[in-house]
Amino acid sequence: MSVNEASSTSIGARIPRRELKRLLSGQGRYIDDIELPRMLHACVVRSPHPHAKLVSVDIAAARCAPGVAAVFTAADINPRCEPFVGVALHRPGHRSAPQRLLVAERAVWQGQPVAVVVAESRAEAEDAAELVAIEWEPLPAVADQLQAIAPDAPIIHAELDDNVAFDFSLEKGEPAEAFADADIIIEEELRFERQMAVTLETRGLIADFNPGDGFLTVIHAHQSPFQMQEVFSRHLKIPEHKIRVTAPDVGGGFGMKLNVYSDEIATVIASMLLGRPVKFCVDRLESFVSDSQARDHRIKCRISLKKTGEITAMEMDDISAVGAYGMPLRFNVAEGMMAITLAGAPYRFENYQARTRSVYVNKNLIGMYRGVGMPLACVATELLTDLAAEKVGIDTVEFKRRNYWPKASLPCLTPGGQKLESVSFHECLEKLVRLMDYDALRKEQAQLRVRGTYRGIGIATFCEQTAYGPPYYGPSGASISTQDGCTLRLEPSGSVRCITSLTDQGQGTLTSVAQIVADSVGLSIEQVSVTGGDSAISPYGGGAWASRGTAIGGEAALRAGMMLKQNILALASAITQTPADALTIAGGEVINTRTGQAVISLADVGRIGYFRQDTLPADFDLQLSVSASFVANDKMYYMANGVQASYVEVDCETGFIKMLGQWAVDDCGRVINPLLVDEQVRGGIVQGIGAVLFEECIYSDDANLLNGTMADYLVPMASEMPDIVLDHVETPEASTRLGAKGIGEGGLIGAMGSVWVAVNDALKPLGAKIRHQPFTPERILDALVRKT
Amino acid sequence: MTNFLGEEDVAIEATLNGKPLKRRVKARRHLADFLRQDMELTGTHLGCEHGICGACTVMIDGRTARGCLTLAAQISGKSVETIEGLSESGKLSQLQSEFIARNAAQCGFCSSGMLLTAYELVASGRNMSRAEIREFISGNMCRCTGYHAIVDAVEAVIAKNAKTSAGGKA
Repeated sequence: MSVNEASSTSIGARIPRRELKRLLSGQGRYIDDIELPRMLHACVVRSPHPHAKLVSVDIAAARCAPGVAAVFTAADINPRCEPFVGVALHRPGHRSAPQRLLVAERAVWQGQPVAVVVAESRAEAEDAAELVAIEWEPLPAVADQLQAIAPDAPIIHAELDDNVAFDFSLEKGEPAEAFADADIIIEEELRFERQMAVTLETRGLIADFNPGDGFLTVIHAHQSPFQMQEVFSRHLKIPEHKIRVTAPDVGGGFGMKLNVYSDEIATVIASMLLGRPVKFCVDRLESFVSDSQARDHRIKCRISLKKTGEITAMEMDDISAVGAYGMPLRFNVAEGMMAITLAGAPYRFENYQARTRSVYVNKNLIGMYRGVGMPLACVATELLTDLAAEKVGIDTVEFKRRNYWPKASLPCLTPGGQKLESVSFHECLEKLVRLMDYDALRKEQAQLRVRGTYRGIGIATFCEQTAYGPPYYGPSGASISTQDGCTLRLEPSGSVRCITSLTDQGQGTLTSVAQIVADSVGLSIEQVSVTGGDSAISPYGGGAWASRGTAIGGEAALRAGMMLKQNILALASAITQTPADALTIAGGEVINTRTGQAVISLADVGRIGYFRQDTLPADFDLQLSVSASFVANDKMYYMANGVQASYVEVDCETGFIKMLGQWAVDDCGRVINPLLVDEQVRGGIVQGIGAVLFEECIYSDDANLLNGTMADYLVPMASEMPDIVLDHVETPEASTRLGAKGIGEGGLIGAMGSVWVAVNDALKPLGAKIRHQPFTPERILDALVRKT
Repeated sequence: MTNFLGEEDVAIEATLNGKPLKRRVKARRHLADFLRQDMELTGTHLGCEHGICGACTVMIDGRTARGCLTLAAQISGKSVETIEGLSESGKLSQLQSEFIARNAAQCGFCSSGMLLTAYELVASGRNMSRAEIREFISGNMCRCTGYHAIVDAVEAVIAKNAKTSAGGKA
């Protein structure tokens, strides 16, 4: 049975999220809202230096401060945790020094944890933290990736003898020949500054180790409870079955709350040492120096064409500053690898060469953040092809029409190694062109240019790898599960309880799961409750990351729903003496499909199934709780795609950029709930616009963070953002029954591409170009003066 | 034993969510911490504690204020309303319904502050354009939605109120 054959009423409907009434009445329960008996509060003392020798730590005064229960340093904490080595085994040559939780001898980034103060209240812990006296001997620090690979650069980890973490090249076809024979070559150098997720709720957890039974419970504002269960078990030597990690309401994740943080693990150890619950929630100032960061790339890229406009080759040379260590479990190669393997993906050409290097610097670690390297690929590709179209002398839309992989060529493998199966570039583009009234905008743009108003139009096509399968992470050696699972239980009253391995940080995934369960069993959505984010109660699963929740966890829910339906029907058949194949479930009742009449209610089925088994045949196999897990054993990912457009105006006097409009057409396969998908796309778009226009972790040359407050790190607010018009193309994923792909990152990926192209389009008549993100007013004015 | 600045208690007398409040608070305790920790009103969230993000927005004497930039001691003689009080009294119900219908919230962490700011806007009775609505709520950061649905929801409430008051006059 496919979903289409089910009595489909929920899937595809614009159903509001069921958590929202609670969340919008101040009844959410986020990590810092939770209090446990005898709970203590931790505050972390951090290195003020990006690179310094730790001479001494004096905790005597802090230990005596009011309310203080304990002050822990490296000597207390580090021996209790196996060091982290964030190396991807499937990437030959990738390396990292082992990372210990607290600084013992040398700090290698500003913000690295040195000591943990535990007190009766957070305020007292903060007060005492100020009394921890540390003597430092500052060492030369390096912030920039190019400086870090210079011959005289300070070496961050002596055991690695230089600062290169990873150096990878790929070549397909004959790129050198193609560039030599090209009629047109466009070559650019792009720079993407470092940025952050800035979840509105900062990181936090409550660790509760019970010495009586050796059981560890962690309430964790995290995207993957199962991942953390495994991490705590492996590194703290606690048996996995004695660990329970639950996620409360989480105030945004965006990948940042997927990473493994040394201060969080140290909090768990503090709880183990004290035998009491310990809460640790970073404040905003700490989050700037301790949350994983993202981007920080320099990319040289070029494209070659025949004068007819046919692309012949592309090249990417990426180098990124990845911080001081490899990120545990998630490494520091993904952004670069995605940038070079997805570059050019929507366009047909045969010759490609690329290199990516990850370089250690004295900055905080690069970790997962929405889009990972995919937006970098999108920006490089769409900027180059837009410039190429202009050089060839054809409109950028027409250029795309001619150069996208034709539908007839699918499935295909791109030169970067991307498998394209059910992508829909042409359909998305045509829908977008109509949605934005492209020709009218071009006309308006031309008219305004004559009057000295500089507007730009940018169109960006993207591929989004979503819902990775085991071939992607399995060989890396990291214990990252790409499966998800679902348990369904018919309650005696005829409703259904669903326990999923997924987590929800606001995406609305749990509502989508309820829709899928309702449809697959034959219930209304009100008859289904969904619980997620608990490593002790659901089948094993990955949680929320890589735009996977609905695609993978939804498929598991669908399969569990079909199993439960079969079991209910078998029971109803035994009770009513009607053949099971003549029965179905609709609206909470078992229906005879031949007569159309209800034969028994689910409440009666439940009542008999749980309390009157004596009325059933002796050998009747009664299973009213079922579990299903799903993973696509052979799939790297489900490839989603889309096209976006930006319309911007550049004020040449002030350098300010105004977003006038944004349009997006995505294809995330079957849309389970368009209401949720739409705002997910819009949210991603706003983060993409923020990345291009505002967001930057500004570091001095010697690696001191210069803008560690929200007054200085700019994020998009409502007044700078445009209305965002959306449409969808639905090409179901063929390998699953549900047919959903992911949608979490496409908004950001496409928006970064379209804003880059649009701003540069606006600058074209002025002979200026901007290649350094974010496009601050200062950089725009510099670009206008420079006019390269 | 170290003594920290602001450890001394201060007496306050105020109105909280319509009910009289008489307490002693630490002089250094800010209003958001007071609401969350002393009064267990955890619907007021803390996103930055330096006055930028707007998550801690509360109403003081009918106007929005940053809970993190106001000392609890400052509310003496004033009336404070939080997301809890305004939800229970039903004053937010129209905005809440429109927010829910449009999915104008994801993680919900900004929503308390966003709703209170929107409430101040709607209560002003002014008929605002989308650009003006965007400007009015631009002190409240939402990192999840694209703001679009929030603007839609506020616009819908303004339109409904305008209809009601026009109908009332007619």
